[in-house]
Amino acid sequence: MKSNLFIILLVLLTACSESIKPVDKAVENQILYIGNGTEPQDLDPHIVTGVPESKVLMALLEGLVIRNPDGPTPLPGVAMNWEISNDGKTYTFNLRKDAAWSNGDSVTAFDFVYAWKRVLLPSLGSKYPDMLYDVVNAEEFNKGSITDFSKVGVKALDNSTLQVNLKNPAPYFLELLCHYTTRPVHKATIEAFGEIDTAGSQWTRPGNFVGNGPFTLDTWELNKVIIVKKNPTYWNNAVVKLNEIHFFPVDNASREDLMFRSGQLHVTSTVPPEKVESYKDKYPDNIQVDPFYGTYYYRFNTEKAPFDNKLVRQALSLALDRTLIVEKVTKGGQQEAFSFTPPDPNSYFPPTTLEFDPKKAKELLIKAGYSDSNPFPSVDLLYNTSEGHQKLAQAIQQMWKTALDIDITLTNTDWKVYLSRQSIGDFQIARAGWIGDYIDPKSFLDMMVTGRGNNQTGWSNEEYDNLLVAAANSTSQDQRFRKFYEAEKILIDEMPIIPIYTYTRIYMLHEDVQGWGNNLLDSRPYQFVYLENKE
Amino acid sequence: MVHSAPGGPFDEDKAVSPEVMEKLNERYNLNAPLIEQYTDYLGGVAIGDFGPSFRYPSRTVSELIFTGLPITFELAVYSIMFALLLGIGTGIISALKKNTYLDYIPMTTAMVGICVPSIILGPLLTLIFGIWLEVLPVSGWGDLAGDKILPTITLGTAYAAYCARLTRGGMLEVLNQDFIRTARAKGLSETRVVLVHALKGGLTPVIAFLGPAMAGLLAGSFVVETIFGIPGLGRFYVEAAFNRDYTMILGSSIFFSCLIIGLNLVSDLIAAAINPKLR
Repeated sequence: MKSNLFIILLVLLTACSESIKPVDKAVENQILYIGNGTEPQDLDPHIVTGVPESKVLMALLEGLVIRNPDGPTPLPGVAMNWEISNDGKTYTFNLRKDAAWSNGDSVTAFDFVYAWKRVLLPSLGSKYPDMLYDVVNAEEFNKGSITDFSKVGVKALDNSTLQVNLKNPAPYFLELLCHYTTRPVHKATIEAFGEIDTAGSQWTRPGNFVGNGPFTLDTWELNKVIIVKKNPTYWNNAVVKLNEIHFFPVDNASREDLMFRSGQLHVTSTVPPEKVESYKDKYPDNIQVDPFYGTYYYRFNTEKAPFDNKLVRQALSLALDRTLIVEKVTKGGQQEAFSFTPPDPNSYFPPTTLEFDPKKAKELLIKAGYSDSNPFPSVDLLYNTSEGHQKLAQAIQQMWKTALDIDITLTNTDWKVYLSRQSIGDFQIARAGWIGDYIDPKSFLDMMVTGRGNNQTGWSNEEYDNLLVAAANSTSQDQRFRKFYEAEKILIDEMPIIPIYTYTRIYMLHEDVQGWGNNLLDSRPYQFVYLENKE
Repeated sequence: MVHSAPGGPFDEDKAVSPEVMEKLNERYNLNAPLIEQYTDYLGGVAIGDFGPSFRYPSRTVSELIFTGLPITFELAVYSIMFALLLGIGTGIISALKKNTYLDYIPMTTAMVGICVPSIILGPLLTLIFGIWLEVLPVSGWGDLAGDKILPTITLGTAYAAYCARLTRGGMLEVLNQDFIRTARAKGLSETRVVLVHALKGGLTPVIAFLGPAMAGLLAGSFVVETIFGIPGLGRFYVEAAFNRDYTMILGSSIFFSCLIIGLNLVSDLIAAAINPKLR
């Protein structure tokens, strides 16, 4: 009797299978379904820091310039065009007159001044104010040494003209302006729900949120979905083909994979690592393996033995077979790293190398004073819990044992503990990864300056610091890069960090998605994306 | 205790300047001595204010709890209904057809149901019905037709199995008693004997089981909600622990404790109502 019931149930279920594949109806309705990783903490561009938040904000807010889906040079956004002074320190932006907020108000230069003041206000507690530190007095204002914002180098000359003064020429500045922290916010909305520096007010809720992007915030159900709909007041509305985008907070890679395979998603945020190989055969048209502007590396704590000795650090790097790692362990199309800054196909290729030479490694270790009579101590390798990090750590543990006969203990902790231990220096070697916020060597090399928050190795080199200052004051991109090359050489020689490989972005993309583009930062504006069945 | 776990709610990959960290800690009063934070918090709880979530700056803990609660509640209710219907029905049949195939097969399946954890059953059912047969959605709750079926079955199966075994046991115990033989002798239909007289006694162990079962269901909902992407309270709770969202952890723990105590009380009262022996 039970089995009969079961069969009836199955028949009933099969009969209602029509409506379960959202992807099938999506082309007709132009609705894009995106798997977006963890639930966004908030949608206030001056408070958030994560990638999932940035993906939603890309739809809701537009800055002076917008990311180019196919390359590094930004496209005009709210700014129609701009002039840059000969010394590279003054930018004058001419804003388009038809740029509008979703409630009909015009977007003006004053909106940008207000937004930049807000993000730099120390009382707001933004974690990304350094995006604007190239602007005159921005850092001083943010750190509280000046309190008069009119001294900061950003001014609205009139409603449609914004002038920005920089401390030093910054060829990457336009690219910085693609980042969401520099986008405008609607003053009246923010101040309807609090003060300029009230964090966590209700202004970001659907119904309250006023933005100037191609889409508006329609629905936000925590842990369920964020829905954005086409914005009728957007200045470039004519090119926007999508009607809606649904962002799903899927933090579980297996479930996201199932959702893609069962037609609930067009795009995923990742692919479960164990499936990457088989999907290259099974779904060759869907799996995307894109180069990504990031480096996977290990950090040393250079303040404690044995890693206070440069020779030891160099030895450990020489004993790493990076080719073997990317081909047999990570297997995600990554490239071996030969420097800290990932190569930028348009210009930056530092003349550094990271060799694999176990014999030389052994010699260096002996030269550092370790031998049979003075054996190398057992050291700890810290990483945050993840299958991918674990596999790599085990492989490297083995390589170091084989080449150098040293013992490494692997310790994995959860994300917060991992961060906390590094920030207080409670580690010997720690796994790390860094994705550049903009495509320029500064976004990597700046990190290793003495005392910087993300340095965390205790390494300090005056010549390196000076080279970076010199780069900032250079008058040409060529000269900048030459200074950076020298700094990179010092970094690779001193080895406070061991670069291992350059990241790739691996995710699934449905064949109906067009205009998706390909750029090193995996950041694309949705006005160029649409759905079409190209059979 | 949560404060003693390393890592704070504002630790992020991108390091923040000490000034900003100071501002954040000040805003949430994290620099005050622990005892002061504790008494402040208790004061708030007394008037129903669990404070802001550290993880979601524009939301309060109460808001998060009451957003997730109806969904978890719905999942729990469907699961318990599924468990009772399937379990009691199967238990009755097994008891009546004792020691035949109609007894052995359900009871063995019940053992399997108890032993297979939801973290295996869920993905397995999803694979079969979602990917291979393509008849049910693999994720969500209330968005796509039929998306409540698999989570309900995943969560309820182990409890259905327990109910089946308990019902069978309880029924068997009662079916041997004098008053049943009397009822049959009096000429009452078998259906009446079973459903009216025997079942009451047979249900006693099931009712007693329901209290702890609800507690187990709430805990089980954490796993099922994560597997199926259900935006319930369980998922918020688990995430809060990983995110060191202190206020959310505290608020949810208090809430769950009250809920479990309350449910156990209700279960005891119902059991007493059904079985005079317990009063």
